[in-house]
Amino acid sequence: MAGGLKEVRERITSVQNTMQITSAMKMVSVAKLRRAQDAITRMRPYAEKLQSVLANVSGSLASGEGVYSEQRPVKRVLLVAVTSNRGLCGGFNNNIIKEVNVAMRDASKSYHVLPLGKKANDAFRRRTELKPQGFAEDTWNIFEDLNFAAAQDLGDRILKQFADGTYDEVRLFYNKFVNAAVQIPTNEAFLPLLPSADEASTSETEYIFEPSQAEIVERIIPNSLKVQLYKGLLESHASEHGARMTAMHQATENASELLRDLRISYNKARQAAITTEILEIVAGSEALDG
Amino acid sequence: MKVDILTPDTTLFSGEATYVGLPGADGSLGIMNSHAPLITTLQAGDVVVKNGSSEERFTVGGGTVEVLNNVVTVLAE
Repeated sequence: MAGGLKEVRERITSVQNTMQITSAMKMVSVAKLRRAQDAITRMRPYAEKLQSVLANVSGSLASGEGVYSEQRPVKRVLLVAVTSNRGLCGGFNNNIIKEVNVAMRDASKSYHVLPLGKKANDAFRRRTELKPQGFAEDTWNIFEDLNFAAAQDLGDRILKQFADGTYDEVRLFYNKFVNAAVQIPTNEAFLPLLPSADEASTSETEYIFEPSQAEIVERIIPNSLKVQLYKGLLESHASEHGARMTAMHQATENASELLRDLRISYNKARQAAITTEILEIVAGSEALDG
Repeated sequence: MKVDILTPDTTLFSGEATYVGLPGADGSLGIMNSHAPLITTLQAGDVVVKNGSSEERFTVGGGTVEVLNNVVTVLAE
């Protein structure tokens, strides 16, 4: 029985170690999640102001024009798959990869996939027929140092390829951030730009436009698209830490449950061993007395 | 008047000012109190914010400016 005791003791130690790691990872994710959420909060005033300026400028102009809103028959599609660099975050990455694969079913169109994040890169790297041209080799590593300049560069390349007709449609796949525990895998149309429905929000103010209204719109639209892309990246980043936090919380709970069961069976085994020992001693002393 | 200089990553400046100098797309322009509503785009250059005798400079790579009701919002890139 002593051997059984030792084995159980070793398992308890190993489960305790694992639990320490998962709970530490959870704490790290909590901190990173907070920082990622701060980044979303910080960019919100900018995004909102840009939207309202755009609404004010384009209000009196006919929408549905311009290079980025051109609707062409869709033959070539670019799918941007936003995942994370690290795993251990539940179904976070697999959901995106699955969505992308489902989206590529229409055989009449040809597809390219631009992976962002190491996990998507690992999943699509070997399928060379899906590799898009004109992007830097390390584009997937954008999350290493996520900032607007990087998103801007990426956005420029995507916009350019849409404008010159390389792609007729661009879609964005990312985990939308709802709260720390809930992320929704989202398949979002990025280009062509759909005419916005909320033109009622245009204010009555008479602005001076410099240069002309049309020129301003032409400059703001690419910028607003890049902001939209950046927002998707930031949301995915926050979702990643949220997903990992939930996954690690679950793992810690499972470990503590396992630990309780192991402790019970350890104590049972220990008591059984003691009982046997007492019985042997009693039996031995009775034999001597007799 | 109130001035906000925003970038997607952070808020560079938020506060009162008496004068704002901007690198407008068609040449530099200055905004003082009670300026008429204006929307314009910027080219790369320095945004100068003066409040009395103090002065601050911010380098921008381009952007958009809205002036409305004595609030200047610079959306820098």
